[in-house]
Amino acid sequence: MEMDYHTMRAFADSWGLAFMCLVFVGVVAFVYLRPGSKRDAEEAARIPLQED
Amino acid sequence: MTFAAEIVALVIATFLAILGAAFAHDSLFQAHMGILALTLAIFTLVLMRRTSFAGAPKDTSGYMDGPVRYGAIATMFWGVVGFLVGVIVAAQLTWPDLNIEPWFNFGRMRPLHTSAVIFAFGGNALIATSMYVVQRTTKARLFGGNLAWFVFWGYQLFIVMAATGYLLGITEGREYAEPEWYVDLWLTVVWVAYLLVFLGTIYKRKEPHIYVANWFYLSFIVTIAMLHVVNNLSLPVSFLGTKSYSAFSGVQDALTQWWYGHNAVGFFLTAGFLGMMYYFIPKQAGRPVYSYRLSIIHFWALIFLYIWAGPHHLHYTALPDWAQTLGMVFSIMLWMPSWGGMINGLMTLSGAWDKIRTDPIIRMMVIAVAFYGMSTFEGPMMSIKAVNSLSHYTDWTIGHVHSGALGWVGMISFGAIYYLVPKLWNRERLYSLRLVTWHFWLATLGIVVYAAVLWVAGIQQGLMWREYDDQGFLVYSFAESVAAMYPYYALRTLGGLLYLTGAIIMAYNITMTILGHQREEQGFAAAPAAAPAE
Repeated sequence: MEMDYHTMRAFADSWGLAFMCLVFVGVVAFVYLRPGSKRDAEEAARIPLQED
Repeated sequence: MTFAAEIVALVIATFLAILGAAFAHDSLFQAHMGILALTLAIFTLVLMRRTSFAGAPKDTSGYMDGPVRYGAIATMFWGVVGFLVGVIVAAQLTWPDLNIEPWFNFGRMRPLHTSAVIFAFGGNALIATSMYVVQRTTKARLFGGNLAWFVFWGYQLFIVMAATGYLLGITEGREYAEPEWYVDLWLTVVWVAYLLVFLGTIYKRKEPHIYVANWFYLSFIVTIAMLHVVNNLSLPVSFLGTKSYSAFSGVQDALTQWWYGHNAVGFFLTAGFLGMMYYFIPKQAGRPVYSYRLSIIHFWALIFLYIWAGPHHLHYTALPDWAQTLGMVFSIMLWMPSWGGMINGLMTLSGAWDKIRTDPIIRMMVIAVAFYGMSTFEGPMMSIKAVNSLSHYTDWTIGHVHSGALGWVGMISFGAIYYLVPKLWNRERLYSLRLVTWHFWLATLGIVVYAAVLWVAGIQQGLMWREYDDQGFLVYSFAESVAAMYPYYALRTLGGLLYLTGAIIMAYNITMTILGHQREEQGFAAAPAAAPAE
C-alpha cells in the first residue's frame, strides 16, 4: 500500500480520530466509573498536604 | 577534591570556545564564542575558588533544595530584567528615537524581551518549582546528584548565549525559537538532563501515586523537548559559523514553526504553570484540590487538544483550508478543559473564601487563575476565522498574550515564589505582607491598563486596515494606522511600568526575607464583628 499524504490524512481523520476518542472515553470511564476511584482520588488529593 | 571533574570540563570547554573564536567562519560567531569563553572562564574561576581538598562527605539525606533556592533567585532576577526590557521596547514603539542602532533597536530588543520573560523568568520558575514539587509529592530526593546543578547552570548559560546572540544580531528568525543552531544544541543537552532528573526522581518515588502536578510538569518537559528538536531541525552553513537553514521550506516550515509556537504557549506557559497551580494553591490554602478526578480529565483533555491548535496562527495563508479549520475547531474545544481547570483551581477555595481578603498570596494565585480563565476564553474566540480576520496582525493579539503572560503566568509564579522563599530559607514568614498587597494592586492595575488599551488599539487598527470607500479604495494608508496608535502605545508603556514597579517591590521583599528581616506591620485580621447600629 502506498503511504502518501492523502492515505495518511484519510487514516488520521477516520481510524486515528476514532482511536483518540475511545482512549479519551476510556480515561473518563477509568476516572469516574471505576469502583473505588472516588476514595483513591480523595487520598491522592491529600498528597501535597502530608508534610510541611 | 570537590568539583575536580567540573573544573577540568570547564577548562576544556573554555579552550574549545577560544578555538571556536579563533577559527570562526564569520565575525558574529567570533564575537559570540568570545562571550562564551569569557562566561566559562569566569565560572571556572568561581568554582576553583570554592573547591576544597578536604573531601568532606556531603549530606545526601533529605531533599535537595540548593538548585531550587538558586532557581528562585534567578526567577526574580530574570523577571525584573525581562519586564524592564519589555517597558523599553514598549517605549521604543511609542517614541522611535529610543531605538539605538545597531544593538538596541526594536528588532533585536523584542526577542530579548520575549525570551527573557518566557524562558528566563518562566523557565527558571518552572525548573525551580518542579524540582521542589516533585521531591515533596514523591517523598524522594532529586535523582542524579549534581545533575540538577548542571541543569540550573546549563540553563543560565543558554539564557546568556541566547540574549547576547540577539543583541549581536544572530537569529533564526523563528518566533520564540530565535537562537541559532549551536545554542539550540546546548539547550537540547540541558533539557535531556532535566528530563533525567525529573523522571529519575519519579522512578525512585516512595509515594506510589504520582500526584497530578507532576503529570503536568512531565508533559511540559517531554513536549518541549519534542517541539524544540523538530522546530530547530536545520543545517548549519558552516561548522564554525552562525548561519543555518531550516530543514523545511514554505508553508510546511510555517506550520512547523506555529505547531512549535502554539505548543510553547500550551505546554510551556500553560501545562507547566498548571503543575504549579495544582501544588501551590492547595498548599497555600491548606485544603486539597476541589476535584482530583476533574484534574485528571483536565490533564488528558488539555494535552489531547492543545497539540492541534497551532494552525490558527496561519488563517488565510497558503496553509490548506482544512488545516486552518482543524486548528480553529481544536482551539474552540480547548474552552472545555481550560475552564474545567480554572473552576477546579478556584473552587479549591470553597469554604475558605475569606482567605482572599486575609491572605495576599492566595489573592495573587486567585487572580492568576482568573486571568487563566479570561485569556483561555479570549484565545479560542480569536481563533475563529471571522474574528481572526479582524484581529490578526493587530495589537489585539499582543494584548491577549499579555493578559495570559502577565496575568496567569506572572501572577501564579509570584504566588509560588512568595510561598517558597520563607520555606526554602527557613524564615517564619515573608519580610512584609503589606508589600505583597502593593505588588498585587500595581501588577493587576498594570495588566488591566495594558490589556484594555490594546483591545481598543487592535480593533481600531483592524477596522482601519479594512475600511474601503464607495469607490473600492482603501481609506487609510498603513502609516496612518501606525500614527493613530501613538496614545495607546504610550498608555501601554505606562501599564508595563506599573507591572515592573510591582516586580521591583517583590524583589526587595524577597531579598529582605532571604536576609532574615521581618517588617513590623499590622496583619490582615479577620473582619471585626458587626456592631449594632446606634
